[in-house]
Amino acid sequence: MKTILSNEQLQLTIQRLSHQLIENHYPFTDTVFVGLQPRGIFLADRIVSAIETLYPANQLKYGKLDITFYRDDAHKQLHVANQTTIQFSIENKSVILIDDVLYTGRTIRAAMDALIDFGRPAKVELCVLVDRRFNRQLPIQPDYTGKAIDSILSQKVTVDWEKPEVVLL
Amino acid sequence: MQLSTRHLLGIKDLTAQDIQLILDTATQFKEVLQRPIKKVPSLRDVTIVNLFYENSTRTRISFELAEKRLSADTINFTASGSSAAKGETLLDTVNNILSMKVDMVVMRHSASGAPHFLAQHIPAAIINAGDGINEHPTQALLDAFSIREKLGTLEGKKIAILGDIMHSRVALSNIYLLKKMGAEVTVAGPPTLIPKYLQQAFDVNVSYNIEETLKWCDVANVLRIQLERQNQPLFSSLREYNLAYGINRRLLDSIQKEIVIMHPGPINRGVELDSDVADSKQSIILQQVENGVAVRMAALYLLAGKRSEN
Repeated sequence: MKTILSNEQLQLTIQRLSHQLIENHYPFTDTVFVGLQPRGIFLADRIVSAIETLYPANQLKYGKLDITFYRDDAHKQLHVANQTTIQFSIENKSVILIDDVLYTGRTIRAAMDALIDFGRPAKVELCVLVDRRFNRQLPIQPDYTGKAIDSILSQKVTVDWEKPEVVLL
Repeated sequence: MQLSTRHLLGIKDLTAQDIQLILDTATQFKEVLQRPIKKVPSLRDVTIVNLFYENSTRTRISFELAEKRLSADTINFTASGSSAAKGETLLDTVNNILSMKVDMVVMRHSASGAPHFLAQHIPAAIINAGDGINEHPTQALLDAFSIREKLGTLEGKKIAILGDIMHSRVALSNIYLLKKMGAEVTVAGPPTLIPKYLQQAFDVNVSYNIEETLKWCDVANVLRIQLERQNQPLFSSLREYNLAYGINRRLLDSIQKEIVIMHPGPINRGVELDSDVADSKQSIILQQVENGVAVRMAALYLLAGKRSEN
């Protein structure tokens, strides 16, 4: 087991990601945040509250998206669906998709399909905490990366939000 | 988490966890149905035949819509106008349809046990959409979903099932489900329409007094009088049934309690339910129909997941 991001580093990384988003999207009038269920929402919660702390006047539009019904492996393994709550229109908005670990890219592929069923966004960007650069199976790259790591197939990246820290198993 | 069974033949075969999983998944599908595009690609590779040997409006449309919203390919079969009228057996008909590469069968039949018979002879997953006087599992699931949506939980709730218990597959499926989920159940109606050993067999209360039962319950599920299944008269007239066992506004007002009224449809207006109750705010009959699509999507989705294990 190897620690990729300690508690302290993790806080710094979240701060940096938030600042990068502010740089590109302030004042967030045409930007919405969408965290991916079930694990991406923990990062999304923290980023959204970090931005709201820095700019309290801005009410950010923040939703949660579950992609279970859009998966391409529905018949290999049954996944239990989580709640989707998107209480605003994404039509002509810039959407920031937020997830914890980017690996094969299949989750993000499904997320884009799911997202487009809610409307036609002007732009979709991807923000991830950990980018496992190898073993990508689809042409998908993040726009905001917490930390890029090189890992092999047998390894597993775990984000523990209770401690919190990111470890490589 | 997944279902413990390959087919949905009846609530009898489901565990409480299965029921919970179907209802929880249905909650997520209900959200899908509020989206601008009410469709997900989950069952894109699945072909489903709707095999209806008996008349149906709600169930058939609801299943078809659920299948389409899951992106499955669907074929509809109704017994009238088919080769069943020329004397082809059920098994022959189904085997012919399955040879065209169909994965799942949704089936309604007037003979109790018809889907159980098919399940023993064909490889496809089967969903029972009502078999004779036996079970109608998706109706019980959507009733449970609607009660849960209205009251938060099923556990400890007092549910009355009123009317023609004897001939109702909805009653039997509801009793199985409600008991498994920890609700209290009372069935009430004329003695001739309540099977004799129901109380011992299912641990439900039996009452012949509609007013007392309404005073007791949180939810009253009023069933249709199934004249087509009664081959001998079991009460003197529809008018008399309405006077003794029908639910009307005056009766509901007299119990001084806001209960929820349900009905699986089609309603015999002026027999088991008067219009001043059926169309009132207390009735959730149309919500039941709305929830039916989400519940059937959940059942189809979860069973399609089981299919590929084999």
